[in-house]
Amino acid sequence: VADPSYPDDLLYHPEHDWARVDGDEATFGITWFAQDSLGEVVFFDPPAVGTTVSKDAPYTEVESVKAVSDVISPLSGEIVAVNDLLADSPETINEDPYGDGWLVKVKLSDPSEQNALLDAAAYESGLS
Amino acid sequence: MPSADTALRQSPLRAQHEAAGARLVPFAGWEMPVQYEGIRAEHTAVRTRAGMFDVSHMGQIETRGPDAERFLQRLLSNDLRRLVEGGAQYSVLCREDGGVLDDLFTYRLADCRYLTVTNAANHERDLAWFQSHADGYNVDLLDRRDEFAMLAVQGPQAREVLGSLTDALLPSRFHCADRTVAGVPMLVCGTGYTGEDGAELLLEPARAGEVWDALLAAGVTPAGLGARDTLRLEVCFHLYGNDLSEDRGPIEAGLGWCCKEETGFIGSEAVAAVRSDGPTEKLAAFTIEGAGIPRQGNPVVGGGVVTSGTFSPSLQCGIGMAYVPAAHAAPGTSLRIDVRGTERPAVVQSKPLYKKEP
Repeated sequence: VADPSYPDDLLYHPEHDWARVDGDEATFGITWFAQDSLGEVVFFDPPAVGTTVSKDAPYTEVESVKAVSDVISPLSGEIVAVNDLLADSPETINEDPYGDGWLVKVKLSDPSEQNALLDAAAYESGLS
Repeated sequence: MPSADTALRQSPLRAQHEAAGARLVPFAGWEMPVQYEGIRAEHTAVRTRAGMFDVSHMGQIETRGPDAERFLQRLLSNDLRRLVEGGAQYSVLCREDGGVLDDLFTYRLADCRYLTVTNAANHERDLAWFQSHADGYNVDLLDRRDEFAMLAVQGPQAREVLGSLTDALLPSRFHCADRTVAGVPMLVCGTGYTGEDGAELLLEPARAGEVWDALLAAGVTPAGLGARDTLRLEVCFHLYGNDLSEDRGPIEAGLGWCCKEETGFIGSEAVAAVRSDGPTEKLAAFTIEGAGIPRQGNPVVGGGVVTSGTFSPSLQCGIGMAYVPAAHAAPGTSLRIDVRGTERPAVVQSKPLYKKEP
């Protein structure tokens, strides 16, 4: 996507990750800023379903032609689904970072952790 | 963006880069474009049409005087007697122990005038090395880094586009000539770093923008250092600091073809010994089988290290070069690359990895 966007219905981690929380489950992805900084994503090696993720710790990697980048988990829990579409079409992360470019779905171990995340305005103000 | 580090050198084409939407990054003491619209699109433009790279960060040393050939013969690994006027020749610069200080193209501008193009990160060290070995030779050494902008125009249509902007025939591969392109006098060299046909242009920095604009108007795609790296790695050209260093010699690197030990260059005895005994390790090119992208520094399981790795836009897989034990360097050999804890199967391939379709 050509222009920056930070949807209001998401929560943001300052390491350029987003979470869409629905009760005790959440979908994770990387922000417009992250995909733009990285450039064209050419490889995403998904973590296994069942893997435990911890807030603020890396849980997977995305790679562009030039570089590999850790993806930080915005919240803690256990991975219950991964985006299989990305194996063949990793560029979806660039094209639709908040939609079809989602990375994993996580069963949250402590939904209250989301109180520490940023809203769109706060995240965006930290980018300048 | 935060303000640029004022210590970084700026290309004379800075305004052109900004106009073209470049992402600028620090590179070897310069601020240079790593990409414009995207590495893959730029890579494809060079493989299929024509692209242009600003390589003004590269340095130039002119050697002139009655002993110029004899002096360069002592420093450079190739046989300078085979470099004709208007010719270009690749060589390495070695220490006494054979460790590689730089890899260089030298252009013979006239009988006793040679221009050697240095890697940006090595320019000052190369110049000091040249100067410290000049005793006893009647030569003048000129640091000409600030006098040249440098543009590489590369791709199957590069010559056609350049030809439409110039006044005379372009020099053929591995030759150079003074020409006027887009109204600007320059040295045109039939060399490059992409495996494609094309030319490198050395010209007055103040007029580089005119030439860039004319090439852009003629349909040449701006390409950054990111695409330059994927293009060169697909054809297994060495990158100093990755695949070449003082810690290894040219034979290990597969550059024995540009080393003529009988000329007696500095390091020739060490190079001859390795050639005669056989190197213990060799630089092998490989492709990853399946998923995974190798990166510089990844260990090779069972011995060795990746010195360059990337995703190949042409081959659509991970590719790289690695120093491996000589017994593991033959094409067809299976390797395992430790990519941040995951072992990825790889196969040694013959060089270049990317071959143009006939």
